[in-house]
Amino acid sequence: MKVLGLIFAGARGESLGLLTTKRASAGMPVAGKYRAIDFTLSNMIASNITRVGVLTQYNPRSLIDHLGSGKEWDLDRKHGGLMLLQPYMDIHSSYWYRGTADAIHQNMTFLRRSEEDYVLITSGDHIYNFNYSELFNYHFAKGSDITFMYKSLDESYKINEYGILQVDDDNRIYSFEEKPTVPVGNKASMGVYFLNKYLLMDMLYNTVPQAEGYDFLLDVLIPNMQRLRYFGYEFSGYWRNIKKGIQEYYDVNMSLLDRKVRQELFYDGVTIHTKIKDQPPPKCTGTAYVKNSIVGDGCLISGRVLNSVVSRGVKVKAGALVENSILLQDTIVEEGSTVKYSIMDKECLVRSERRIIGRKEDILVFEKGSVI
Amino acid sequence: MASGITAMILAGGQGTRLGVLTEDIAKPAVPFGGKYRIIDFTLSNCVNSGIFRVGVLTQYKPHLLNAHIGIGRPWDLDRMGGGVTILQPYTYETGNIWFRGTADAIYENFYFIEKSDPKYVLILSGDHIYAMDYMDMLNYHVSKHAFATCACMNVPLAETSRFGIMVTDLQQRIVEFQEKPLNAKSTLASLGIYIFNWDYLKTLLKHDATKNDSTHDFGNDIIPEMVKNDADFYAYEFEGYWRDVGTLPSYWEANMELIQPLPPLSLYNPSWKFYTRTKERPPAFFGPEAVVLDSLVSEGTEIAGVAEKSVIFQSVTIEKGASVKNSVVLTGSVIEEGAEICNAIVAENAIIGKGVRVGNKVFAPNREDPKVYNSLITTIGYNAKVPDNTTIGSNCVIHSGVSKADFDKEVYESGESVWKKEQQTDHT
Repeated sequence: MKVLGLIFAGARGESLGLLTTKRASAGMPVAGKYRAIDFTLSNMIASNITRVGVLTQYNPRSLIDHLGSGKEWDLDRKHGGLMLLQPYMDIHSSYWYRGTADAIHQNMTFLRRSEEDYVLITSGDHIYNFNYSELFNYHFAKGSDITFMYKSLDESYKINEYGILQVDDDNRIYSFEEKPTVPVGNKASMGVYFLNKYLLMDMLYNTVPQAEGYDFLLDVLIPNMQRLRYFGYEFSGYWRNIKKGIQEYYDVNMSLLDRKVRQELFYDGVTIHTKIKDQPPPKCTGTAYVKNSIVGDGCLISGRVLNSVVSRGVKVKAGALVENSILLQDTIVEEGSTVKYSIMDKECLVRSERRIIGRKEDILVFEKGSVI
Repeated sequence: MASGITAMILAGGQGTRLGVLTEDIAKPAVPFGGKYRIIDFTLSNCVNSGIFRVGVLTQYKPHLLNAHIGIGRPWDLDRMGGGVTILQPYTYETGNIWFRGTADAIYENFYFIEKSDPKYVLILSGDHIYAMDYMDMLNYHVSKHAFATCACMNVPLAETSRFGIMVTDLQQRIVEFQEKPLNAKSTLASLGIYIFNWDYLKTLLKHDATKNDSTHDFGNDIIPEMVKNDADFYAYEFEGYWRDVGTLPSYWEANMELIQPLPPLSLYNPSWKFYTRTKERPPAFFGPEAVVLDSLVSEGTEIAGVAEKSVIFQSVTIEKGASVKNSVVLTGSVIEEGAEICNAIVAENAIIGKGVRVGNKVFAPNREDPKVYNSLITTIGYNAKVPDNTTIGSNCVIHSGVSKADFDKEVYESGESVWKKEQQTDHT
């Protein structure tokens, strides 16, 4: 059995506000060196998926730069490999992807020409570590037509922001509600679907040309729920969707300060690969004071860093204090400044003696390249 | 027509003076600077200088080195034309010949160079730490209309006896060569970096190969021969950073130089990056009680204890209450709770048990090999396991692969060694 991977990476993730003005949410930097899409891509590679299509739309520049030829994920191949699927113009149409179903439909050629018989459809902005082989086995054992991955959410998630499934004792899905005001149960769809490629093509040919709706889940999958056998595969590990908002993005990064989460995401399961930047190890000088923090390669720390995630190439100068914050690549905090409860996007510059104080429930966000 | 330049990196040396660090791997493969291996510096200099035709000559225990270089992808040397080629000794009809010396190693790979038909050949050594633009040197070589050029550096007069010394005239032409002289006539030391016109080097090598009394070595034979023949051989004075990390103290020292506030060798220069092949690891984590001062801390490392004035490589664990000072800790080592390490080099994947003390700053000559181990530094080998509450003095050697059972006592005075039991008889 060969599986084709599809990753939706075209959404902006509006709720991330200033962080996604210049990039899609799948391109968001996470955990000091990765980008969100690294997790899904690496999971796929570990599950022997060697042909991956990445569907892009919203400002894909940083994503394209990041993915390149797919070299870091071993996807620069003669056979299969990485394919960026962007919206295009031709003599018939010049519209964008009108929805997720339309996005796949417009790339039908890619599906048709690939030799794989099965398709795994995923999102590029979810953070989890999983070998999909288990899902594949489950799919066949159940005799499923389409298998959804779901997670039983605890109180730390806002359940009414997710698509909620209901399954019977056999884990067969019989009901789905997108962002219900009064959720029944807590089983959230993870936006990961596994199905036969020809079934997928068939479903798309039957719906997209009707032009009644272009959402893969709501307009293609749900209307067929009674006719086909949908099963749910329960995922019990760490799973977060950073698209849910600034707070979620902040919490995901901060959760990595927890040994258990790091252990699960980086050490126990599949190896998460990312674009190599060839930076030297971070350096702490004699005035540095770093506690409970993640510090990426190429950083120079002379100031104080507490409970923070500091990405590659950041400089925190002497006398500066960074606390409960996320500093993305190449940000500089100059002498004597204080940054608390903030997210600084790439290449921000905090001049000396500035005080930037956010609050736990109100994280400050600074756009890429801000000078403060 | 001959064109361009081909670099040949001599990477076959054992580097015996690095003791346990090179017991199982060649010196160019020894880890350095938190995530690199020594040869990365020379390879990166090549690509940063725009030289993309590189041969690496290996001989001594090359497996790790070969795996590290691979097809050269981290250095962008996986190329359609040229790229990196690993050149190992081989057999032919009349027998098999190990590389008898550095010049012989080049001569044995004559056809490799000839095939790329270069105008110049750059001879490098894979065991130095430096940043150098070879194109500046080539420009100098061309402007002097030289047949050969040797990069040199001024060293303190007291240290001249460790180097090959070049005596030059006012035009920087080399008129005399002194190998490790007691009374040096100049302070210009050869760095083992040469540019030759290939046509010229060819004749030199062919001639040298016929001589039976030759050791087939650049320093011993080729250079003296050129000086004797009054060749157009020039010294190129290099003023940047260059270190031979051939001894344990110099290896330790060069690592320590990286943690100075303004290190003489910058790893951070975006236009002169150093590339390496490493495993993918998450960024370093500093625990809630970590104290990290004046140190490099690499990816995948988790620090719960103290690191001071140290170079901590990748995936090292420093547990709670443990401290590492003035030390170099290589990839994958674990320093367990309460252990205190001072002035040490801890090789890859060593496990230092709870409450172990290493380094007491009391010097005693090493009983095993005082030539190699002659400083306050204690060296702990690859995969060594030091049992809990052991005390180890300075200038000690814990050999690679020793297990807890190999330790007979709790306190080792300065200068003592621990071997694997089954090997001990060979040494004593």
